[in-house]
Amino acid sequence: MITAGIDMGSRTVKVVLVEEENAGGKLNYVVKGKHLMFPGDLDGDAAADKAFDEALSSAGLDRAKVSAVFATGAGRKMVNFATDSVTEMSAGAKGVSWFFPTARTIVDVGAEEGRGIKTDGTGKATDFAGNEKCAAGAGSFAEAMSRALQLSLKEFGDASLRSDKSIPMNAQCTVFAESEVVSLIHSSTPKEDIAKAVLDAVASRVCAMVRRVGIDNDVVLIGGMVHNAGFVSSLKAAMDLQEVKLPDMPEFVSALGCALLAAERQH
Amino acid sequence: MIANYGYKDGSGEYYISIDTDKCINCEAGRACLTGCPKGMFETMTDDYDDEVVQIKQNFRRSLAYDCAGCKPAGGYTSLPCTTACTPGAVKHSW
Repeated sequence: MITAGIDMGSRTVKVVLVEEENAGGKLNYVVKGKHLMFPGDLDGDAAADKAFDEALSSAGLDRAKVSAVFATGAGRKMVNFATDSVTEMSAGAKGVSWFFPTARTIVDVGAEEGRGIKTDGTGKATDFAGNEKCAAGAGSFAEAMSRALQLSLKEFGDASLRSDKSIPMNAQCTVFAESEVVSLIHSSTPKEDIAKAVLDAVASRVCAMVRRVGIDNDVVLIGGMVHNAGFVSSLKAAMDLQEVKLPDMPEFVSALGCALLAAERQH
Repeated sequence: MIANYGYKDGSGEYYISIDTDKCINCEAGRACLTGCPKGMFETMTDDYDDEVVQIKQNFRRSLAYDCAGCKPAGGYTSLPCTTACTPGAVKHSW
């Protein structure tokens, strides 16, 4: 049996295809294909449909073989062809349990929203907190600030790792923060110090949110911001942790969880 | 599950938390739905097919303002939502 999970994020669409295998009475789930796409227009359903087709094509599968398609993410209600939808919390908790069964705290930082999720080890979310209001605790903020510094996102993250300064950024808002960055540029503050200040500020906001649900080991970080090495470092420092577990395909974890939940609900 | 709806901004942390385990078999007959003067609560079916309440999407970014009328400065000595929820599933962070 093959199922699909579609994570309709605010910036990208992620699709994961999972096959269920019966190994001597024990069910195993194998990732058969995945695809990430930047939607070209505002039609979420068409974008999800295209991403789904491309995932099927790269996996050499036919749409008729897919038993169920579950959607998650901020735009999950836009995916009209999905057979059901689940919240980001349930999808994230399920996906993380596939990688790290020992995970108890999940930090999910995507483009528009960050959230902290507690899980019980069975793939079920037991507690969550998000930030509904401000983008300053999410990837879009880091992206906007990297543009202000005329750096690519990768250069931005790497630059912050070269800084050992702690410049406090008090701005709680993306707009005000950008003006603080401009002030720092005008005062000839090195780019790496500004990059670290920005990522420390994002990490501090995310950390405050995760503390609402409590921080228990193992802590797993998922979402696109995992690719920003500077952010991972800042978050570890903010949470006072030696180790944060990072999955192989961090931006696909929620889509994977969605596909796994779709498979389980076929029984 | 404890679901925290709200946000943190420069003025403080504004979350309403709902303990959905206490909410599933509500002993108060979903009194929060009518107890909140602004009608901020609504029922939903969660991912485990249980009926629970949540804060309506359009209120989640403005709790500090929407709940201000029910705080002591608004003349209340206790919050109508937490008072109505006798199982104790609803809590405010501020």
